[in-house]
Amino acid sequence: MFLRNKAAVVGLVVFSLIVLVTIFGPGLYGISANKMVAKPFLGPGSELAPLLGTDYLGRDILAGIIGGGRATLFVAAVAAAMTMTIGIVVGSLAGYFGGWIDALLMRFTEIFQVMPGLLFSMVVIFLLGPGTRNETLAIGLTLWPLAARLARAEFLRLRELEYVKAARAIGCSDLRIMFRTILPNAMPPLLVSATLTVVIAILFHSGLAFLGMVDVNTISWGSMLGKNRGYTLTAWWMVFFPGIAIVITGLSISLVGDGLQDAFNPKLRGR
Amino acid sequence: MTSQSNGQSPVVEVQGVSKQFPADHNARVHAVTDVSLHIDHGETLAVVGESGCGKSTLANLIIRLHDADQGRILLKGVDITDLKPREMRAHRQTLQIIFQDPFASLDPRVRVGASVAEPLRVHKVATKEEATDRVRHLFELVGLERSMLNNYPHQFSGGQRQRVCIARALALKPELVIADEAVSALDVSVQAQVMNLMLELQQEMGLSYLFISHDLAVVERIAHRVAVMYLGQIIELGSREQVFRDPRHSYTKRLLGAVPIADPRQRTERPLLTGEIPSPVWPAGEGPELVTYTEVEPGHQVADE
Repeated sequence: MFLRNKAAVVGLVVFSLIVLVTIFGPGLYGISANKMVAKPFLGPGSELAPLLGTDYLGRDILAGIIGGGRATLFVAAVAAAMTMTIGIVVGSLAGYFGGWIDALLMRFTEIFQVMPGLLFSMVVIFLLGPGTRNETLAIGLTLWPLAARLARAEFLRLRELEYVKAARAIGCSDLRIMFRTILPNAMPPLLVSATLTVVIAILFHSGLAFLGMVDVNTISWGSMLGKNRGYTLTAWWMVFFPGIAIVITGLSISLVGDGLQDAFNPKLRGR
Repeated sequence: MTSQSNGQSPVVEVQGVSKQFPADHNARVHAVTDVSLHIDHGETLAVVGESGCGKSTLANLIIRLHDADQGRILLKGVDITDLKPREMRAHRQTLQIIFQDPFASLDPRVRVGASVAEPLRVHKVATKEEATDRVRHLFELVGLERSMLNNYPHQFSGGQRQRVCIARALALKPELVIADEAVSALDVSVQAQVMNLMLELQQEMGLSYLFISHDLAVVERIAHRVAVMYLGQIIELGSREQVFRDPRHSYTKRLLGAVPIADPRQRTERPLLTGEIPSPVWPAGEGPELVTYTEVEPGHQVADE
């Protein structure tokens, strides 16, 4: 059960806090992430500096961290949802029906899989231009083959089980067997994979932002890393705190995924 | 091998059905070859044979989980061999199956009550209230407590799960139930309980069974007629008495000889089965020789050797 997994509870609490801060933080903190508030290159703790210091333009790092989560988390969540949706549809069709449908869909999947992920999303953004929608699309289109492979493997495994055969013998339609019988049983690995996908999408978006491939007017943890990277050796706080924000977010989501796996196991339910 | 006694068409009639599966190097597994049989109303036909002789494939063919390569399958006189899945659905009410492994044949995420109600919901034959009533009644019928309705399969023992599976199979009031090694995975004492249940249900509901098993002791208890399968073909078919008291085919004799007898004084020299059964895998274009039958007594057919 989820609550018995202490690490997962910690992950959920931390992640909830991050989400709350992302949503309400900018309003409460009141200082714009784009505004110059003090002298540049002030380290944390130095006189007149904000809590986490300022960057090369004198902007408040803490304001950046509070305000920068929004773009990344939103893009990552939507991209992960898109990834899982495409992946489950493609993977379930391929795994359940097999034969030429499987061959066709898997060759199609491989076209996406053989391309280096970050390069491919960069190409998509090159073609479509930056912006939240296109960044989401780029990341979703890059990541879905993994979900498709996993969903296919689960469907291949489960469709041979006797309770699936029993469902067919009862006269359930293919659609019902796929989504009422097989999918719920395929969910645990898919859910864990979904949480990991969110983490990967966060890293992808941060990577794109680092490379300057996202909307320049939107501040994000990745873009903070990218813009401040020239001062890493002289002003560690400029990249350290955004980097920590990415790591903690990713870790907390992973822990939640682990807890979900326990929660979806009926053998642990009600004990 | 069809005989219609009372003019009524049998519940199921299998006519010369064959099924092959692809194997490596262009070879084919001849799982079932030219099998014909029929089952009358209220009758239990047991299909016996060693593992890999094609008995389960035969069950899957009859219930249309596999499609036959050749031959016809008639359900109450209606040819269901080529029906599309959608057309087949209506016939599934007549024909149900119980699988071997009671631990694998229930969805672990669905409460057993919902599993038993699923056929009713899928075929839309009952309203929600009617379905609940019917499931309660089915649970009573198979000897399970009503309070267990909301439990998950892992909370049940093997015998109880098999009762749940039987309840699910009976939900649509079928006329033929295929029991594919349905008691083989159970303890001997539980096996007896489940078999007694199946016999009671047969009397109450006039069910026909196709009872697939490798356990001759079980078959002798439950079957009216027995078909012996060997390498995908039926080599002897007759009433229980004919096959058990007067086996004619050498394979049947050896199969019966392999049953251990608990009383040492009754042990005699019996021909035993030795070695592996030959392979059912044939190169493309080749296949086993079709057997021909001789009727040694009325209703007792034996493959010519």
